[in-house]
Amino acid sequence: MSDSHAPCLLDAQQMEAFLQRLCREIAAAFGNDKSLVLVGIRSRGLPLAERLANMLKATLGKEIPVGVLDITLYRDDLTEKAGSPIVRPTEIPFPLTGRTVVLVDDVVFTGRTVRAGMDALLDHGRPRRVWLAALVDRGGRELPIQPDFVGLKLEIPGTQRVSVKVVEVDQVDGVFLEARG
Amino acid sequence: MTSDRYVFPHRHLLGIEPLSQQDITMLLDQARAFEEVCERPEIKIVPALRKRLIVNLFFENSTRTRNSFEIAEKRLSAEIINFDADTSSLSKGETLVDTAMNLEAMHPDLIVMRHSAPGAHALLSRHMKASIVNAGDGAHEHPTQALLDAYTLRKRFGKLDGIKIAIVGDIRHSRVVRSNLWLLTKMGAKVTLVGPPTLLPLEMKATWPMVDFSYTLDDVLPEQDAIMMLRAQFERGTGAFIPGQGEYIKHYQLNAARMKRARKDVAVMHPGPMNRGFEITSEVADGPNNVILDQVTNGVPVRMSVLYLLCNPHGEQVP
Repeated sequence: MSDSHAPCLLDAQQMEAFLQRLCREIAAAFGNDKSLVLVGIRSRGLPLAERLANMLKATLGKEIPVGVLDITLYRDDLTEKAGSPIVRPTEIPFPLTGRTVVLVDDVVFTGRTVRAGMDALLDHGRPRRVWLAALVDRGGRELPIQPDFVGLKLEIPGTQRVSVKVVEVDQVDGVFLEARG
Repeated sequence: MTSDRYVFPHRHLLGIEPLSQQDITMLLDQARAFEEVCERPEIKIVPALRKRLIVNLFFENSTRTRNSFEIAEKRLSAEIINFDADTSSLSKGETLVDTAMNLEAMHPDLIVMRHSAPGAHALLSRHMKASIVNAGDGAHEHPTQALLDAYTLRKRFGKLDGIKIAIVGDIRHSRVVRSNLWLLTKMGAKVTLVGPPTLLPLEMKATWPMVDFSYTLDDVLPEQDAIMMLRAQFERGTGAFIPGQGEYIKHYQLNAARMKRARKDVAVMHPGPMNRGFEITSEVADGPNNVILDQVTNGVPVRMSVLYLLCNPHGEQVP
């Protein structure tokens, strides 16, 4: 959980600036695309997608629909740890077919979450294109997946965990480096 | 993160009795996510149980329970084998344990079983590595029915704690009622059992002291949030316990006249199959208060939730 001693990669202000940059990049690429929707990957991808939608509304003057994807049932990787990952509903309250989807996640690491996210997304319809936005790309890819819009790009050793905190869930904004538990 | 993971502390689902309030809440909460899968416009299937082998082992007839389990298994992408008692070696004299050992040799991950003998599941669970799900054992338990009933009630009332429900009819022969009693009392619902003295065993008070008993449906009807009508189980001998069908209908049938005594928004439930014109009239069964088909619909996501938690008890998926 939130560890006050964890080294801070981005504070709240810097995180906001990186999100603004993501917003500008998405607006530049798809500002004129009427079919644009954002889909956040649970759990931290959702609040980030909602914030990006608010920023895009300020920039573009239009509402961008936001959905949320739970990828638990699409994951491929098992470990020895006990317990079932809790499944939460996917909520995509609009048809995806023919749309431009920007998938939003907090951190891109191995690429397996994004792979699962694409499988889950395509079971809900056939978008025209799916691009990927991530607040942090920490390297360490295990699958041929690269984000199209990136905030902070770093090479972090696999022994460490990059943790994105958001006020909506964690009572604090920021990106932290933690030992992997 | 710990909050993203739940260690379901049971390898089998033999009944509701061993489950905690937290286990039940988790099963019902998870079912909501599976309901979303079932409501998708096109692809109502997820790869969660790919590579898992599930055996449906039915020693007693069942259409809806078995179909519901099979749909749940298919929507989770499990491999399925249906093992029919009629066509199996059992009719050639094989014992249950031998049947189990033969199944075990095929390495199933989970077995869904219905058997007329209470305790058959517990016996099997001692001989097999697979998880066992009880799909009904005699008059003992039918846990997934109770879970789908609870899910239906929770959807309707937003909670289980404090809701008033009457369970009416052949209490004596019903496994549905036993599983429901465990579940509803654990979750804080106020249950009244209603039926003629011959079908309402008062010794059940010893196990469920917080439950009310009544011989008079008309007396308890007005205060109920939900009424669960049980099926008269003529094949299990309900008929021998009542003086006559006319007498039973007079006192216990849920019909339009009797419904006038109930709350306007009362939920009418029935585990099916119904004896229309006996314990319930068509007018009520098809009327605005009925949630009977909702119960059937909810059976699939609830069973998906059970299968998911049991197939995945020690595995955790990482980012």
